[in-house]
This record gives sequence, C-alpha cells and structure tokens, in this order.
Amino acid sequence: MYKYILRRLIQMIPVLLGATFIIFAMVYALPGDPTIGLCGERPCPAAFVANFREKHGLNDPLHVRYLTYMGNLLQGDLGTNFRDIKVVDELAQRYPVTTKLAAMAIVFETVIGIVAGVLAGIRKGKFIDNLVLVSTLFVISVPVFVIGVSLQYTFGLKWPIFPATVGSDATVYRLVLPAFVLGSASIAYAARLTRTNLVENLRADYLRTAVAKGMSRPRMLGVHALRNSLIPVVTFIGADFGGLLGGAIVTERIFNIQGVGGFLFTGIRNRDPVSVVGTVTILVLVFLVVNLLVDLLYGVLDPRISHD
Amino acid sequence: MTEASTIAVGAEAGAPTAGGSADEGRSLASDAWRQLKRNPIFWVSITLIVLFIVMAAVPQLFTNVDPNAAVLKSARERPGADAWFGRDIQGYDIYSRTIYGARASILVGVLTTVVTVIIGVTMGVLAGYYGGWLDSLVSRITDMFFAIPLLLGGILFMSTFPNDENSRYLVVVGKVVLVMAVFGWPSIARLMRSSVLQVKPNDYVQAARALGASPWRIIRAHVMPNALAPVIVVSTINLGVFITVEATLSFLGIGLTPPAVSWGVAISDALVALRTTPHILLFPSLFLSLAVLAFIMLGDAVRDAFDPKSR
Repeated sequence: MYKYILRRLIQMIPVLLGATFIIFAMVYALPGDPTIGLCGERPCPAAFVANFREKHGLNDPLHVRYLTYMGNLLQGDLGTNFRDIKVVDELAQRYPVTTKLAAMAIVFETVIGIVAGVLAGIRKGKFIDNLVLVSTLFVISVPVFVIGVSLQYTFGLKWPIFPATVGSDATVYRLVLPAFVLGSASIAYAARLTRTNLVENLRADYLRTAVAKGMSRPRMLGVHALRNSLIPVVTFIGADFGGLLGGAIVTERIFNIQGVGGFLFTGIRNRDPVSVVGTVTILVLVFLVVNLLVDLLYGVLDPRISHD
Repeated sequence: MTEASTIAVGAEAGAPTAGGSADEGRSLASDAWRQLKRNPIFWVSITLIVLFIVMAAVPQLFTNVDPNAAVLKSARERPGADAWFGRDIQGYDIYSRTIYGARASILVGVLTTVVTVIIGVTMGVLAGYYGGWLDSLVSRITDMFFAIPLLLGGILFMSTFPNDENSRYLVVVGKVVLVMAVFGWPSIARLMRSSVLQVKPNDYVQAARALGASPWRIIRAHVMPNALAPVIVVSTINLGVFITVEATLSFLGIGLTPPAVSWGVAISDALVALRTTPHILLFPSLFLSLAVLAFIMLGDAVRDAFDPKSR
C-alpha cells in the first residue's frame, strides 16, 4: 500500500513539471507588452521598461525563467505579479471561494445525481426512467454558459429567489445557483452512470441469490446493489473535481464570483504570467492529489482491486 | 483472420438473441448492426446528423438569404414572414445565420474528433501493446495533458495565438481544432490503452504471434478491430462535447471570431439581449443542442448495440 502511494507520488513529479511547463511556455508566449497601461495613458519611459523587464526576469531565456520559478516554488514562493501583488496572498483569498463553489457543486452532483440515477435504475423502462434520461440528455446538450445565463435571468432577475450575482461576499446561500450551474452537466453524467451500473448489477447473479434467499428489497438495493454500483460514480465525481475547477472560469464570470477562475481569466487577459502559472500549478497539484485519493478510495470500496 | 477473431468475441458474448434466427457465427459487428437497425433512437440521430452535415456542406439549399446582410433598421425583429426566426442585434437574419453557422460547429466537431482519435489511438496502442518503458513514457505524457482542463488550455492557447478580423476562415477554425485536439486526446489514449490491455492476452493474439505475425499485422488485424469499439462510442459523444466547448470559447470571446458565422458566436452575441429579445438566443442554442444531442444519442445507441449485457 505505502509502496503504491510512494510510486504514485514519484510519478506525479514529472507530470507536474510537464504540465506546468506547458502552461509556462504558453503564458510567456502571450502576445503584447506587459508594461502597457502601467504608466497611465502614456507609454512607459524606457528606463522604467528596462528596470521592469530586469526585475521580472523577462530578459532571461524561457528555461532559465522556468527553473528559477520552480526553485522559488519549492520554497513556497509563488512569485510577485506585474502589479506587485504577492500571488500567494491573492490565491489565499480566492481559493477558498472556488473550493466552496466546487464542493457545493459536488454535493449537488452526489445528491441529485445519485438519487435520480437510483430512481431511474430501479424503475427501468418506466416513466421516471424516461424522465431522467430525457432531462439528463437535455442538460448535457445545452452549453453550461447558456444554462448559467438563463438560470441567472430566470431565478435572479425575473423571479428573484436567489441573488443574481455573488460579488465579494460569497456566502453559501449566494453560491447555491452558481454551484448548481457549475455542477449541472456532471449531475446529469452522475445520474446516467448510476442508472447504467445499477441496472447492470440488478441483473447480476449475486443479487438473484439474495432475492432467492428472501432478502428484503431495501436491504438488497441499499447494501448489495448500490454499494457495487456506486464505485464508478465515486471515481467519476472525484475525477470531476479538477474539471469543476476549470469550469469555474465560466461560472465565476457569469455570476461575478471573486474566485480562482475569474483571477485566471483576468490574468490571461492582462498578460500577467506570474498569476496564471501560480494558479494553474496549484490547480494541477490539487487535481493530481485528488486523483490519487480517488484511486486509493477505489481500493477501499472494491476489495478486488488491491494496490499491493 | 480478422473474421475469425471478431467471431470469437461475438460467440464469447453470447451473441444470438431472441427471434430464433439461428445463423451461427455472426460477427460482433454484424450483430451490433442488426441491433442498431431496430433502434428508433439510432434512426432519429442519424437523420439529424445527416441533416446537419448537408446544412454544413450546402447551406444554400436551405436559405437564399446572405447571412452577412445586416438590415439595421429592423434589428431585433421578432420572428415573422420577413425573417422566419427574426433578426438579431445587428439586423442579421437569424434563420440564415443559424443555417450557415452549422458549418463552423460541425467542422470543428468532426475535425477535432478525427485528430483526437488519431493521436489517442496511436498513443494508446503504443502504451498498451508494447508496455514497458514505452508505456511509462506515453502514460506520463498523457497524464501531463490530462491534468490541464480542456477549457483552461483552450483559453490560454487562444489568448496566445489570437485571431483578428483578417484571419482566414480555415486558420480560425484550424486553431480551435488544434487546441481542442491537443488537450482532448488524453482521454481517448487512456481508453484505448486499457482496451488494448484487455484484448492483448486473448488466445487469438497469442496464436497470431506464435504463427509469426509481425507486430504491425497483429495490431492492425487483431488488436485494433477488437479494441476500437469503446473508442468509437466515446468519440461520438465527444464530438458533441467539442461543439459545446467551441461555443464556450466563443462565449468567452476567444473561440471563433465574428467574420466566422457559428452557433457559438451567435449565442454569445445574443446574451446581451436576453432580457428583451430572448428569441435571438433561442434558435442558435436550439440548433446547437440538437446537434450535440444527435451525437450523444448515436454514441449511446452504438454502445448499447455493442454491449450484449444491456439488452
């Protein structure tokens, strides 16, 4: 077990280095001059530009900059961006907001997705099954930003049940609508996955045996069928966490949430490589760790899979 | 040889179904095809897909209104006899824009899928069939790209290489295809790898190797035909996903850009007018969702047909 974890952690190193380098190279290739707009409505003096470029290491070749950056990163220093703000401070404010948003989305995914999937699975071919199938297909086929803007208009402006935008104070109540939008597609996928697996397991021999022994239906469903059917769903939801952090770019833009997604997007727009690389590095790291945890959880849920 | 191997899988899966037509030795593919032909969802999705492809190839068949002819004085007109779907903020005929928009979306979806399948299958076969250090190398490279969310990679790439009004149509489309392919192939590669790992230990592969078949022949004639089914299913569904991602990039202002007519561009243009004239949003989203839906339903139908357990 420990050997497995250690091996996975070692495998993570090249992946993290590679992924951040891809981002690093692309961000530093962003066109345009980062000093534009720093000196008001006139071009910056040549001395300022020279000083600026020297200070931020813009004159060094790419690999030198990357190695310097990574060296600093190992000491917990994510750098200072072009506006003289420490990226760590900025991220410390913003990551909790996005994490809250993603966690709420995952709660929606788990609760609504699994309940809908189970209802559809145990009534295969009946009305509720078709209802779930049609509505999940509908949700999957509409782009998330269309869902977001439409729900914002319907429940934020027309019938103001929820606040239309979140702003600086991201309370749980304010994040309900954005989290639902962020998780919408995944709710649908989770429901479909639960249904498929449940239907498959309900026909398995071991369940037929359980029924033949005279086991009650709730116990058969809850203990035997569901536990086995949920293994792929858990994997999906875990792997989806990284995707949610990425999808937050769109959701946070629609609902004006001061999270990581918005920070990333403005960072890219303002040609602010330090902020972007810092944010993405953490994002990739979280993604890799969550994936490892999911794989370990898999072994716990399904004893047939051993990591030794 | 190919026939023999597919039959082996078909027989193993307990192919014959109800109906009593006991023609033994049907291959998995022909069995799946029989299953598909009976599925109405398959025919609905195929009809929609053919319709959209025709729309993309020859939009002139459906409308003779120029999609770039703006009638500003009747901007935001409701649907009516003059313009069936009404007019948008610029006074463009929404019906014509929507018909012409099919081309970009379908083109992006199809090309991206083709490229991701080529890269993903190649990488997956290399990793799964050869194993060893090559597997480690390919798997780590796959992980690197997998760790970057598609949307994030797309935003970064499109900001690094932005379009302007003078960019040629194919260049604009090509860039979107390229970036989605670069960040979209890892899921296919992983799927193909695990699929190849399942096929490889089978007796027919061992037999072919014992008979002295070259690796290339084994891969082409034995491994590929039997390992490709899940990739085909997922790619079909992904095609719809790519169309959505293109629209999302356009929503963020960095996907396809205005001289190109696309559903994504039309939807993001319509969002500013959502409160007053929602019909501008309705029609392009409806077409986009129908196209995505068609590909997802096709993928589902094909999966059900190939999976005997789901019957």
